[in-house]
Amino acid sequence: MMNRLECLKILAEHVTDEIVVATYSCATDWMAINDRPLNYYGFGAMGLASSHGLGLALGRPEKRVIVLDGDGSLLMNLGTLVTIGAVAPKNFVHFVGHNGSYEANGGAPLPNRDVDFAGIARSAGIRSAHTFTEIEDFEAKVGDLIKAEGPVFADLVIEQGPLSNRDYSEMHSARRRELFREALDAGA
Amino acid sequence: MDEKVKLPAEQLSGGVIISAIKDAGVDYVLSVPDLHTSYGLLMPIAEDPDLTLIRTCKEDECLGISAGLSYGDKRAVLLIQYTGFLFAMNAIRAVAAEQHKPICMIIGLLGKQPGVAPQDAKRLGVRAVEPLCDIMGIPHQLVETDDDVHLIAPAIIDAYENRHPTALLIGRRPVAP
Repeated sequence: MMNRLECLKILAEHVTDEIVVATYSCATDWMAINDRPLNYYGFGAMGLASSHGLGLALGRPEKRVIVLDGDGSLLMNLGTLVTIGAVAPKNFVHFVGHNGSYEANGGAPLPNRDVDFAGIARSAGIRSAHTFTEIEDFEAKVGDLIKAEGPVFADLVIEQGPLSNRDYSEMHSARRRELFREALDAGA
Repeated sequence: MDEKVKLPAEQLSGGVIISAIKDAGVDYVLSVPDLHTSYGLLMPIAEDPDLTLIRTCKEDECLGISAGLSYGDKRAVLLIQYTGFLFAMNAIRAVAAEQHKPICMIIGLLGKQPGVAPQDAKRLGVRAVEPLCDIMGIPHQLVETDDDVHLIAPAIIDAYENRHPTALLIGRRPVAP
């Protein structure tokens, strides 16, 4: 089984000028690994990271958008996969950290941890849907995956934790959103 | 006396509302179907080449998509029913109210009798819409007849220029163009 921090560190080696939309545990880890103005944390309600990402992908078609979601978050907005499948943005990549728990809310288990998210994504119309359980496999393919024609979906089967420092006040601040907008406007 | 007196409009035309949306520079319509507005607004919008319709599964998706689009300077309206407004309240609280995003909601008040104020409607859900907007600090306007349609474009334009949400409450079933 993979570890979220390891996965995100590998992903960070490939990220250049993409918009990265990250939520909850993925967000705190990503912020610790790769804090940059083009990270977008301003999603507000749980489950909406991929919806914000879809809007960004449509609003900024010249940029690629990478969403770092959680399995509990995705289950709160599962219909998003159907919407994304229908809209089919070519610049959209959706990763889901799948540890079977609401980790950011105390670690309680999901109602069913063995959900086939890639299967759901595929049946929702997202043809490029993948499941990764081995870090070597993820490391070998992630570089191509984030450059592939979207929408792309990847379920990362990971263990729980460890959690990075959770400073939600900073990542959800108006200053962060303004930095993000300035980076976009500057053509970063 | 041959002076013509302009009588108040007693209908709401979907085509006039769509023109007002376009006048406000709207590019996208994000929607979950509402029986109140399906025939008069949603169906003609789906056929309109100047507007891009995104059909979503739940109303809170629309909040995220609209927020994301705003970073590309693309304007959107949400076309939803009051029940969807109630469902999406946490996203409205976070994205629209607390983060001051220009979320423009066109909310169908299904079941509200024409000529009856929303606060006097029979349905609890309809009566709840305006007080919830007030609590969230969301400006709201009732669009009941063609005479009210002039309110739409300025409300949307102001929301985008000054980064705040707005709600346009459709009080009567619009007539298809």
